Amino acid sequence: MAGYLFRRLFQSALILLGVSFITFVLLYVLPADPVRQIAGRSATAQTVENIRQQLGLDQPFLVQYWRYVSGLVQGDMGRSYLQKTEVSTLIAARLPASLLLMAGGIACELVIGLTLGVIAAVFRGRPLDQGLMVTSFVAVSAPQFVVGLLLLYVFAVQLGWFPIGGYGTAAHLVLPAVTLGIMGSGWYSRMMRSSMVEVLRQDYIRTARAKGLTRARILLHHALPNAILPIIAMIGIDIGIFMGGIVVVESVFGWPGIGQLAWQAIQRVDIPIIMGVTMVSATAIVLGNLLADLVTPMIDPRIKLR
Amino acid sequence: MKKLLLSTAMLAVSALPGFAQGYTPDPNAKTGGAITITYKDDVATLDPAIGYDWQNWSMIKSLFDGLMDYVPGTTELRPGLAESYEISEDGTVFTFTLRAGVKFHNGREMTAEDVKYSLDRVTTPETQSPGAGFFASIAGFDAISAGEADTLSGVEVIDPLTVKISLSRPDATFLHVMALNFASIVPKEAVDEHGTDFGKHPVGTGAFKLDEWTIGQRLVFAKNEDFWREGVPYLDALTFEVGQEPIVALLRLQQGEVDVPGDGIPPAKFQEVMGDPAQAARVVEGGQLHTGYITLNVGIEPLDQLPVREAINMAINKTRITQIINGRAVPATQPLPPSMPGYTEGYEGFSFDIEAAKAKLAEAGLADGFTTELYVMNTDPNPRIAQAIQQDLKAIGVDVEIRSLAQANVIEAGGAGAAPMIWSGGMAWIADFPDPSNFYGPILGCAGAGEGGWNWSKFCDENIDAMAIEADSMTDPSAPERLEMWSETYMKVMEQAPWVPVFNEQRYTMKSERMGGDDALYVDPVSIPVNYDYVYVTE
Repeated sequence: MAGYLFRRLFQSALILLGVSFITFVLLYVLPADPVRQIAGRSATAQTVENIRQQLGLDQPFLVQYWRYVSGLVQGDMGRSYLQKTEVSTLIAARLPASLLLMAGGIACELVIGLTLGVIAAVFRGRPLDQGLMVTSFVAVSAPQFVVGLLLLYVFAVQLGWFPIGGYGTAAHLVLPAVTLGIMGSGWYSRMMRSSMVEVLRQDYIRTARAKGLTRARILLHHALPNAILPIIAMIGIDIGIFMGGIVVVESVFGWPGIGQLAWQAIQRVDIPIIMGVTMVSATAIVLGNLLADLVTPMIDPRIKLR
Repeated sequence: MKKLLLSTAMLAVSALPGFAQGYTPDPNAKTGGAITITYKDDVATLDPAIGYDWQNWSMIKSLFDGLMDYVPGTTELRPGLAESYEISEDGTVFTFTLRAGVKFHNGREMTAEDVKYSLDRVTTPETQSPGAGFFASIAGFDAISAGEADTLSGVEVIDPLTVKISLSRPDATFLHVMALNFASIVPKEAVDEHGTDFGKHPVGTGAFKLDEWTIGQRLVFAKNEDFWREGVPYLDALTFEVGQEPIVALLRLQQGEVDVPGDGIPPAKFQEVMGDPAQAARVVEGGQLHTGYITLNVGIEPLDQLPVREAINMAINKTRITQIINGRAVPATQPLPPSMPGYTEGYEGFSFDIEAAKAKLAEAGLADGFTTELYVMNTDPNPRIAQAIQQDLKAIGVDVEIRSLAQANVIEAGGAGAAPMIWSGGMAWIADFPDPSNFYGPILGCAGAGEGGWNWSKFCDENIDAMAIEADSMTDPSAPERLEMWSETYMKVMEQAPWVPVFNEQRYTMKSERMGGDDALYVDPVSIPVNYDYVYVTE
């Protein structure tokens, strides 16, 4: 186990190094000069050169990359070109909001997805099941931007149940979390359904039924815990999927997380912020996958880590 | 078209003690209350030496003051932290007398030393100020920007309330420059304390002071009780909520949660809002110092031929393009916008005439047309406008390939001279200050035509440049001869047709029902979206 963990952590570090290199190359070859953006339209050639030197952007690519990576290892993510603030400060100020939104999103997709999945499995083959599976297909395919605006319009503007975007209270969290969770709930309901259908065919369920246990008891005590196991491991992978989703959801709802930060930075080619958010997201994805792999054998003893 | 002229009274070459502020405070104004303004993007910085986008420009204006200022809602200069000033006969020495008893937000009194420090700070290369170049006419600028001096030799402290600024050449725009945010007076101790983070901890002399800044969520400005101007500001607080999509901001405005959507009315909702009398009544329309144009690179074949550039000018249907943006603009005939002093009244420019355009192409030996590229920023409505341009040029046989790119990439291609044509939308010139010279130097003059400059036509005519320099060496920025000379300069530019001036955008500011104050304050030419110091709430 310790050896496995060590090897995986080492691999993760390599992956992150690779991500940093590829992102750095992509931003480097971008035909946009950050110095000109900082210097503005009225700058003299002298000012432009001064700024280039101060930022070290006159150095060769490898020197620039080495400086970035060695800073990164020491926790220095550089300064935003346009916001004139440490990138780590900006990310740290916004990370809690993103984590809260992700937690909300995961809770939503699990509650909605698992419930619908169980119902569909119990009523499998009947119209309710078919209706739910079509709904889940729509949920998986619906663009989050549209879902978000729709929810906002119906539940915040028309009905006034929730605030119109923003951040601060539990009420603010509901709509963005649902928007983020809806897509995942579609996946989860389908997976839960098939997992549940599989479990319900097992011999021990038949035995339980033969013992004369109530239907509810069989479902909740015998089928559900077994059906849910393979799904729990998926949550780690969700973190990666959510990293993409929060960019859209945070922008629609004015949620002050790192997704919104990334979106603004991309529009303004604020390279240090783009690098910083990419590295934080990549770390989250790598750790999420690692977590998923570590949790799986704990809940399913048939799987062994080597 | 209205033509705004600077007050001539204030430009007399003499001391002007106690001179009229040129603005009568609103007798109906109510004191107190707070308003909420929304923005999509984070506020970049509130450091007046750094901030240079339309979002933080007016915020910085409310936190800081310079020696000069504008009469609210107009392009008319008035003294700010300077009580009066004298200009020497030859126009190269400005002596400013400061107001006594002006306090920074930290309680300390402002003196002439602070003026000197602030000008040194904005021009020194370490500050990385995008506005440093505006101060190039101050004596000693070259030395400080080359890192050879720590201080501007042209700025002298005479006594605690007097500062003398010597220029190395006459500069008609100097008083405008002293009204730019970059010329704001900052206290040294506060800059030293926060270093490069001064932009997050601004300390000025302005009508408001920063009370709270929660990154990614909101900024709260509180009224400066010790503000040196009597009776203003009216509002107790301003709350800027950031991270709000314009469409969400509009919904919140309709619910009464927002007073001013800082990003304006979203294009998709514009007709709906303007079609509803109740909402349209809360929209204030005004001109702005903006021109949208197509640059024609005079260094790239066949655009190097004048008849070809004239043909393109004649082929563009400007009225149709203004319709694409729901009529939120007026067709342009020349580089200057109509509300800019020096605008040439009565000039009709190139009129839309496909046959004449074809004849011009034939004159250049290109009767069969040619193929070229149009660079455009990739955010709506710019690609749609580019398609309209493409169709218009197709009609005279010119095939245009559209290169739709991110803003920074278009600017890069333009600066490098690699783009035959660029539609300026999203990067268009909005004047830094209301003076005709501001539309020439960087975007049409030889100075901007070098590698990386903003003159994307790479147009450089030395005779026209000489005229511009002569106009700017006059002492009085609003002298009729000077404005006449500028008008003539732009007419000479149009003879060479390096641009297709397409339209001048109008400004539409939406406000909540409870907002009060003159309409001009909501389309203030220098404070976008509104002049926070003078607006008020009625309830």
